[in-house]
Amino acid sequence: MFAPSHFFAVLLFATFASVVFGITQRSTPKAMVRYGLYCWSMFVGVVIVASWVMWLIRR
Amino acid sequence: MASKVQVPAKTQTTSQGFLYSALILGWLVPGAGHLLTGRWMRGLLLFVSIASMFWLGLAMQGKLYAPNTGDVLDMLGFAGDLGNGLFYALGRILDLGHGAVELATADYGTKFIVVAGLLNFISAVDAHNLRIGRKV
Repeated sequence: MFAPSHFFAVLLFATFASVVFGITQRSTPKAMVRYGLYCWSMFVGVVIVASWVMWLIRR
Repeated sequence: MASKVQVPAKTQTTSQGFLYSALILGWLVPGAGHLLTGRWMRGLLLFVSIASMFWLGLAMQGKLYAPNTGDVLDMLGFAGDLGNGLFYALGRILDLGHGAVELATADYGTKFIVVAGLLNFISAVDAHNLRIGRKV
């Protein structure tokens, strides 16, 4: 059984989804890499911000 | 009044044969549609990403939705799972994906499986666009 932490699951999800988004939503290899990295940073960044917001709300 | 909607020029069919082969093959096996159009690196990356997401989802004790449960959310989950093509069929044949409600990671796994299917739908449509020349 594979039991990752919540954050590691987020990293895996962001990585796989960003690869697919980059390849399918852009035409050139350079644009694919740039868009993939953008999606990845947005996925992970939004999760971190949302986590801090929830932490602040809980206090 | 002139419309600002940009309509692409008439698409060119880049290859011969059955027009929807990349779409169907890409749905059945993630990335195979891109292989068919000669984009083997894209196909390989798509296969690794979608297959990893699906099988890691099952390894996390995620649930494979079944058809005809009568629940609307289950039906939507089934539609997403169906995007995994042969992986879904293999999972059902091997009797995997019963889901473990007592584990938090099992819920993550269920979402991994559904999203892998949805990503594969996008991938198959992209392969189809490459096949018909709408995308280069």
